[in-house]
Order: sequence, then C-alpha cells, then structure tokens
Amino acid sequence: MADLSCDFVGIKSPNPFWLASAPPTDKEYNVRRAFEAGWGGVVWKTLGEDGPPVVNVNGPRYGAIWGADRRLLGLNNIELITDRPLEVNLREIKTVKRDYPDRAMVVSLMVPCEEEAWKAILARVEETGADGVELNFGCPHGMSERGMGSAVGQVPDYVEMVTRWCKANTRMPVIVKLTPNITDIRLASRAAHKGGADAVSLINTINSITGVDLDQMAPEPTIDGKGTHGGYCGPAVKPIALNMVAEIARDPETAGLPISGIGGVTTWKDAAEFMALGAGNVQVCTAVMTYGFKIVQEMISGLSQWMDDKGHAQVSDLVGRAVPNVTDWQYLNLNYVTKARIDQAACIKCGRCFAACEDTSHQAITMSPERVFEVQDDECVACNLCVNVCPVEDCITMERLAAGQTDPRTGQTVSDDYANWTTHPNNPGTCAAE
Amino acid sequence: MTNTQLTPGVAPARLRDEDYQDNFADKAPPLDTHAAAVAADRCYFCHDAPCITACPTAIDIPLFIREIATGAPVAAARTIFTQNVLGGMCARVCPTEMLCEEACVREVAEGRPVEIGRLQRYATDTLMMRGDHPFTRAPETGRRVAVVGAGPAGLACAHRLAMKGHEVRLFDARPKPGGLNEYGIAAYKTVNDFAQAEVAWLMGIGGITVENGKALGRDISLDALREGYDAVFLAIGLGGVNALRTEGEEKSHVQDAVDFIAHLRQAEDLSKIPVGRDVVVIGGGMTAVDAAVQSKLLGAETVTMVYRRGRANMSASGREQQHAASKGVRIITGAAPLRIFGEGAVEAVEFAYTNETEAGLELTDKTFKLKADQVFKAIGQVLDGAPQGLTLSGRKIAVTGPGRTSLDGVWAGGDCAAGGDDLTVTAVAEGRDAAEDIDAMLTGTEERAHG
Ligand SMILES: Cc1cc2nc3c(=O)[nH]c(=O)nc-3n(C[C@H](O)[C@H](O)[C@H](O)COP(=O)(O)OP(=O)(O)OC[C@H]3O[C@@H](n4cnc5c(N)ncnc54)[C@H](O)[C@@H]3O)c2cc1C
Ligand SMILES: Cc1cc2nc3c(=O)[nH]c(=O)nc-3n(C[C@H](O)[C@H](O)[C@H](O)COP(=O)(O)O)c2cc1C
Ligand code: SF4
Ligand code: SF4
Ligand code: SF4
Repeated sequence: MADLSCDFVGIKSPNPFWLASAPPTDKEYNVRRAFEAGWGGVVWKTLGEDGPPVVNVNGPRYGAIWGADRRLLGLNNIELITDRPLEVNLREIKTVKRDYPDRAMVVSLMVPCEEEAWKAILARVEETGADGVELNFGCPHGMSERGMGSAVGQVPDYVEMVTRWCKANTRMPVIVKLTPNITDIRLASRAAHKGGADAVSLINTINSITGVDLDQMAPEPTIDGKGTHGGYCGPAVKPIALNMVAEIARDPETAGLPISGIGGVTTWKDAAEFMALGAGNVQVCTAVMTYGFKIVQEMISGLSQWMDDKGHAQVSDLVGRAVPNVTDWQYLNLNYVTKARIDQAACIKCGRCFAACEDTSHQAITMSPERVFEVQDDECVACNLCVNVCPVEDCITMERLAAGQTDPRTGQTVSDDYANWTTHPNNPGTCAAE
Repeated sequence: MTNTQLTPGVAPARLRDEDYQDNFADKAPPLDTHAAAVAADRCYFCHDAPCITACPTAIDIPLFIREIATGAPVAAARTIFTQNVLGGMCARVCPTEMLCEEACVREVAEGRPVEIGRLQRYATDTLMMRGDHPFTRAPETGRRVAVVGAGPAGLACAHRLAMKGHEVRLFDARPKPGGLNEYGIAAYKTVNDFAQAEVAWLMGIGGITVENGKALGRDISLDALREGYDAVFLAIGLGGVNALRTEGEEKSHVQDAVDFIAHLRQAEDLSKIPVGRDVVVIGGGMTAVDAAVQSKLLGAETVTMVYRRGRANMSASGREQQHAASKGVRIITGAAPLRIFGEGAVEAVEFAYTNETEAGLELTDKTFKLKADQVFKAIGQVLDGAPQGLTLSGRKIAVTGPGRTSLDGVWAGGDCAAGGDDLTVTAVAEGRDAAEDIDAMLTGTEERAHG
C-alpha cells in the first residue's frame, strides 16, 4: 500500500487531502466531522481582526452552472470571511487541534494592510497550537472593496510586504494564497517568495457572473433585484488552476517553492494531476460542498490504488513529475506528425466529426451515402477536433506517421529529428534561416 | 363490480372502478421538464441525422431536441408542427421502435435510443397546453377545396391548405372528426379525449368548416364535389374489413375487432362494456394487439391472439408484442382458424397449425381447440366504397407523386391510397404533401400535371 502521508512545509498530515478555507472549515462542528471522515488537514475559514465580525448578505450567496442532469459544474459565491467572533474561532481551533494532533490545522487570515494588525492576530493564532497560517490574498468580492483579499493579491509589492511582516512576526510556516484575478500569476508568487513565504496556495476564486436572470434582468445570484460578481470555483476552474500551478512550478525564480494546489479538485485523479504539476498537496472546497465530507474516502482509495499500480511508494515520488514536460509553444516538436484515424467498427455514424471538420476545421473528413466517415490524410492537419467531438471514446485516435513516411498534406517526408519553431525557416527570428 | 373475471360468458363490470382507471391510464406518462432535459441531452445532434430520414414526416429531430435541451420547448413544438401538425398524436401513437428511434445512432450503438417520441410529446404538450395556435393563415385565395375524411390524412391536408389561404370543407361520415385517432387508437395511448382536443386546436388556423355525418357516396358524390370545388382530397381510410370465411363465423359474440375498439373508445363508462371470460383474437397486426390488450384490461380472464404466420411476419412491432405479453395476452403463431363452435353463441374455436410453403400457407393436420366466449376478427381492413372512376392499385386508390389520382383535380392519401405504411404519421405526411401539391396547382406554380 502506498504511503499517502505528507510533510508540507513541515506540517504533517496523514494524506495530501486538505479542506480549503471555506464553509466546510467554518467551525468546530464541521472540522471534527471532516477529520472523522478522513480529511488529512484543514485550512480554517478565514479569520478577520478582533472586533465586531463582518456580516454576510441575507439573500442567496451562491450561483451555479450545471450539466444536463444538474451535475454541478461551477459554483460562484459572494460569501465573506468568517462572520463569527474571533474569540470563538480561536477557542474552537485550539480544542480541535488538541483532539486531532495528527491532522494539519492551518488558519487562514485576512486583516487590514497594517503590520500591527497582522502581528496582533498572528500571536493569537500561535496560542491555539495551529500548525501554520495561510494569508488570504485572494477573496475577490466584498473584502477586496475594503482593501483586503484580492486587492492585496493583485499588487505584488503588497504581497511581498505583508508576507514579510508575517514571517517577521511568527515562527509558524506562512502559506500565501494567491488570487487568479491577475494577468501573470508568477508576479504574485515571486513576490510571496521574496517576502519569505514558505509556500503558495492557489487558486482562490475567479471573478464571475454565473448567469443573468432574464426576467429580472439582473445577474445571478440576485439579491433584491441586484447582483454583484462573485468568486468562481468547482470543476469548471480546474484547467485554469492547473495552468497557474504549472506556471509557478516551472518558473526558475521560484524553483522549489512548495505549492498547495486548489481549484476544482473533485476526484483522486484531479489531485494526482495537481501534484504531477508540482503541488505538494491539494485543497478541496466545492466538491465537498456538493457531495459532503465522505468523498475523501474515494480520493484516498483511488490515489493509493493508482500509486500502487504505478509503483509510487510515497506522495513525494509523484510531486512535480510532469513539470519538465510543460514547455513553451515554441519548443514543441514540429516534426511530430499525426493523422486522425477512425475505427470503423466503433463508429456509430453520428457524423459529428464530419460536421466539425467540414464546417470549422479543415474539410478532411468525407461522408459517403452509407454514412461511412473517412479521414483524408492530404487535408488532415491533426488538430484533434474530431477526437474531441466524437461521442464514442477511442473511436477516433491520432496516430503518428513514422519517420520516412510522406505526409500527404505537405508532401514532405516525416523525420524523427526534433525540430521546433525557433529553428523553423518561416520564423523571422531564426538564425539558422540566414 | 357486479361480475368477476371468472363470470362465464360475455359480461360487463368484471373489475373494480379503480382497476379500470389504472388499466386505461396513460401508457407512457409525460416527461417532466427535468427528465426531458436529461433525455434531450442524450441526443448527439447528428449531422444529416438518420432519425430524420426515418420519420415519414421528416421532422428535424436533432433541432427540436436541442431546442428542448436549451429550455425552449415551444420553439421545439413549432419545429415539429411545421412538418407534422399532428405531432401531438404521433408522439403518442407512432411505433417509434420501427421509425425514428430504430434509426437513432444510439439505438444502433447501445440498443437504447434517444427517447424521441416522449420528447416530442413533451414539446407538443407544452405548446398545446398554452392553447395558442402556432401558425397564421395566409390571405384568403378565394379557392375552395373539399376534403373527404377527417382522419389524420384529411386533417393534415385541410390544415396545410387553410394555412395557405384556401377555404376548406371537411366532410366525414362519422359523428366526430379525428378518424381512427378518435375511433381506433388504443385508449391508453390517447387519454383525456386528446383526439378531440387536438382537432379543436388544429382548427385554430381558421378557414376549415367541418361537416360530420356526411358520407361520400351517400350524402355527397364525387362528381358534385369536383363540380363545386377547385380540388378534392380523398382520405376515407379503410372502412371495410376482410372476411374470415370460417365455418361458424355468424355465431353471436364473433365480431370485428375494429367495431369493438370503436365502441370502447366512445364509451363513457368502461365498466359498461361487456367482455368475454375467454377471448380469442384472430390476427397479427396493431388492431389485433389492441383488441387483445384492451379485452384483458377490461377484465377477461384469458386472452389469446392467434396469427396464421410466424412472429416475424406480424405487422405489430416487437414492442407491441411485448406490451401484449406483459399484459398477460398469450400469442400463438403459425395457426389458422378451422371452425367456430357453439350453440348460438361462440363456445370454442378450432385451429390448425400452418406450414409456410412456396405455394403459400398450408394447413397441417395438427389441430387444437381454444375455449372462447368472445372472438375478435382482426385480419385486416380494406377500402370500402371507393368512388367510381378512380383507378385502383391492388385494393387501394392508385396515386402518383404527392397523391395524384387518375382523376383530374382529385388527390388521395392516408390508408385509402396505395403505397406507404398504414400508420398515423404516414397519413399525415401524405395529407400534407397532397396539400402542397394542390396549393401549387391552385396558385399556378405547378402546371396541371395530370388530366
Ligand atoms: C385499432 C387500430 C389501432 C391503430 N393503432 C395505431 C397506432 O398505434 N399507431 C399508428 O401509427 N397507427 C395506428 N393505426 C393505424 C392508423 O390509425 C391509420 O393508419 C390512420 O388513422 C390512417 O389515417 P387516415 O386519415 O388515412 O384514415 P382514418 O383515420 O381511417 O380516417 C378516415 C376517415 O374517413 C371517414 N370516412 C370513411 N369513409 C367515408 C366516406 N365515404 N365519406 C366520408 N367520410 C368517410 C371516416 O369516418 C374517418 O373519419 C391503428 C389502426 C387501427 C384500426
Ligand atoms: C462559499 C465559499 C467561501 C469561501 N471562503 C473563502 C475564505 O474565507 N477564504 C479563502 O481563502 N478562500 C475562500 N474560498 C475559496 C476556496 O477556499 C477555494 O480556494 C476555491 O473555492 C477553489 O477551490 P474549489 O474549486 O475546490 O472550490 C471560498 C469558497 C467558497 C465556495
Ligand atoms: S484532426 Fe482535425 S483536420 Fe484532421 S480530420 Fe480531425 S478535425 Fe479534421
Ligand atoms: S464522430 Fe465518431 S462515431 Fe460519429 S461518425 Fe465520426 S467517428 Fe463515427
Ligand atoms: S439519430 Fe439519435 S442521436 Fe442522432 S440526432 Fe437523431 S435522435 Fe439525436
């Protein structure tokens, strides 16, 4: 059996599955039950400074998009940080950590951009015996209007400054949670790194409007006829999160900076993908809000089964494995020539590949009166669109032309030498072409 | 409930009131909005979809299903009605397993087609429930067309002609319009008086006058119609039945299945309909199945359907046969009736097993006897009383192209015309196409092709 235990910036947990800072980690009742269900750790729902807590709206907080059978694909929220008194949260954190010493207990924080405010709260968190803190520089709604959350995360200088204050005022590991609402995620991670962060976690939610109520002519969720942008999360954001994690993992300036992967993690496989792209662990929110705490059982069994099958003894064996294969477009091998191949026995003759290629790609599929669909190699540019629209898995595949064969589209002989855009004759910047 | 299933002879009220209600409830209850969205999501939106080709009215199935999937069922219904104005009835009665759903790529691939019929019903019900008529009539042309027979073919033709601005007079021999929709289709396929509701909705186009109780050949003549109208469309269905020619056929409680069904369809109170304890139905088509199943649902203890050829030759689809079996109807194939026994009323029927040979069907000397106190003959309907002067093809009215008969200015379609299956949807297609042809002739876009 693979060993799923994890050491993330010195914080130990029995598995890499943590709950992200959000409603599931909002109070003792939830977190105890999450630990009983098997979660390796939690990031407690973001705490604010002492004093009267923030208030939430009293109308709907969530909007969503669904697949046909109401499968929740994307969730949007306008919830703020915890609306319970600081004192209560801290007391609960302390008791839960005492009762579950083997689980990771990280506390998310968001206070105004003043060193004293951070200093004050860090001291109080330390007293709870928590394992670390996560700085919430990501919340994109409400708190950002008050100069916190993503208002900090969007300005690399502030990220660096606040991180530095925190490192100076606590012995606990500091994880900096990044906002995706920024053009180049690396600027924020570099700033966190410079400020001394032990790790970054990402992504927080993405600015979004999930839909428009066409009767009320207002964005959803609608509160008394008005709406505001919320933060988007769930399965729909995973591709965006994966890219941002990979960008940081392969950035030489932040090489080796631990990453906690967040955004749309719903299954063990999602988790494995985040880890392959460099995340040391993952955090989950929407999946648990959709299905409850129990899903961690599937994540644990699925990941360990897969690791056993692949011969990975521990989680660290897999972390970052795919990072060397993430590259820039210009380095992709232009001598890798493939053609679409239709398995006629599997084809159900829906003609979707034909419509896609004919109307929107390269007119490389023909249709006979008997509804036989065939790829014309002299037109196929190997875009893969037909593969993606075919409803039958593995019915259309992309097959590589072996070296020495002629590509009927270009008339050129396929070579197995690696050659990319940087050396291509059409590239104006190519030295080799001169 | 004054009788039971075991009461001998032919008797009414064999069941409790609630059993009648259950037994004759909607056979395939409608999909709700969520179920429709899920069912619609299974459609692949095929290119040049094979299901469209398999629909006799060529409804744009992927388009209407996509309209349902995107929450626009009324737009979906318009897509359907544009091709098939009786799309509501067709959604209930089409043997989809031999039409669109048989051709669906998901049927071919997985044996589980997209539920086209039920989705069609969801869309058409949604529009019809709003009560509005989706089409507007073109300015009046001043042309007048007589349509004889207010079944699916006549209704579809009349509607299309009216839409084009022509004035239509629709004659039917029966007291109510609808044809077999009203007098033939199994009761559990078209509950809540849907046939009449549909006719009323269809008349919303305007420009159609219905005259019930007017029979061609009795109250009106083809010559007079040709004289008084710019065109005539004949859609008189198949009013006659094939004779059994079996000894003892004249005994009481031996009757035509279509009459029994028509009577059942018109009944106010199903418990008043007498049915045998042991019922035998002779035939292998939709009519035989419907008579057998409905006898069982009325409380017959045993119902046996006997068909002279093999199962594969039965015109009732596999799904229909399964439905009959699921209701407890026993189906015997490869046997033909020899004689009907009984003192006055039928008591039993003797059958002989048959052999299919090159020369035709032969009776063997292996026989068996079935106890029967009621026998239904369902061995096929035939054209009855075709007006003089029309060329026939086989036993139906000969037509070329979109229903043109041998007589100038006279078109025919539906069951009474040769070609095409005897199905509601085929009748609709033929009525619609004849209307288009008549319109082209009347408005001069088509030179008079015949005569
Ligand atoms: C018992 C039974 C069950 C069936 N079930 C199905 C089913 O589930 N699905 C399916 O697709 N098909 C079914 N069919 C077949 C379907 O009903 C017919 O194919 C369809 O109704 C044919 O339409 P039509 O307009 O040609 O004729 P009809 O529906 O028969 O209508 C003909 C009309 O013409 C009138 N008429 C006849 N003679 C005259 C005259 N001389 N003057 C004036 N009016 C006249 C009649 O009163 C009638 O209203 C069934 C048929 C039967 C008998
Ligand atoms: C209702 C809700 C409240 C959230 N509140 C917080 C918060 O207080 N602090 C924080 O750092 N992130 C918060 N998040 C963001 C999540 O922690 C997480 O980063 C995001 O949802 C992406 O992960 P997911 O796709 O697994 O949901 C919240 C998310 C949701 C849905
Ligand atoms: S890979 Fe692209 S170009 Fe080739 S057949 Fe498929 S859709 Fe057409
Ligand atoms: S999309 Fe796939 S199943 Fe459909 S016709 Fe093309 S190859 Fe066949
Ligand atoms: S064949 Fe089936 S999947 Fe294809 S368009 Fe028709 S209903 Fe949809």
